[in-house]
Amino acid sequence: MNVKTVFDCGELTALLFGDIDHHSAREMRQTIDADIERYHPGRLALDFRKVRFMDSSGIGLIMGRYRLMKLTGGSVSLKNVPPTLQRLIDLSGVRSLTD
Amino acid sequence: MEVLNEMTLSFSSKSMNENFARAAVSAFILPLDPTINELADIKTAVSEAVTNAIIHGYEYGDGIVTLNAKIFPGGKIVIKIRDKGRGIENIKQAMEPLFSTAGEERAGLGFAVMQSFMDSMKVSSKPGHGTTVTLEKYIIRRSRSAQAVGYENE
Repeated sequence: MNVKTVFDCGELTALLFGDIDHHSAREMRQTIDADIERYHPGRLALDFRKVRFMDSSGIGLIMGRYRLMKLTGGSVSLKNVPPTLQRLIDLSGVRSLTD
Repeated sequence: MEVLNEMTLSFSSKSMNENFARAAVSAFILPLDPTINELADIKTAVSEAVTNAIIHGYEYGDGIVTLNAKIFPGGKIVIKIRDKGRGIENIKQAMEPLFSTAGEERAGLGFAVMQSFMDSMKVSSKPGHGTTVTLEKYIIRRSRSAQAVGYENE
């Protein structure tokens, strides 16, 4: 399991683990989307504290969840982004979509 | 220019091998004593190129991805990632940031990431025959450890 989710007070937090690439992003996406369907959170927090590596599949994961949350007027926030992932996040411009 | 070290890997176009390719390249260049950021840059670029080969080159089908890495004097690393898949019709369009033919879950940033994280990137492709991506980066020498493993002969 490379993602652990917690739903509390209207916010769904997804703690992501390990490497985020095209291979692992699929399972993360399925788990998070199933919980969005289930709980209808007003806010999704993606927590990167345990992520060691991420390529542009991680950006796709953020963008896809942003689109899904936006459908119901919800928002996405990025938490505890390690310095090594910062450059990719800056390059992608995805910060402008998130809190 | 003299090649100080070289390796070639061939692996199936399966997404689990994205991790394998990154780890192998990472281990191969480790004797050059890269910084954490340099290593992250190279791993990210390799991951993008291998993912492209799997998703676009072979369109999730069976195929072989070949990765060749060479180390030259002065800390220069050249990595070639090759597939014999469908090829790219319009390289200029494929390299535009946010352009993607792979659907909503793909950010369309693969080439932009390779370009910005490496010192240079070249793409050569022939529709119906496959694509080769060539990535280059210099690892700045910080310590004596690179000399210790014989990668520096200046």
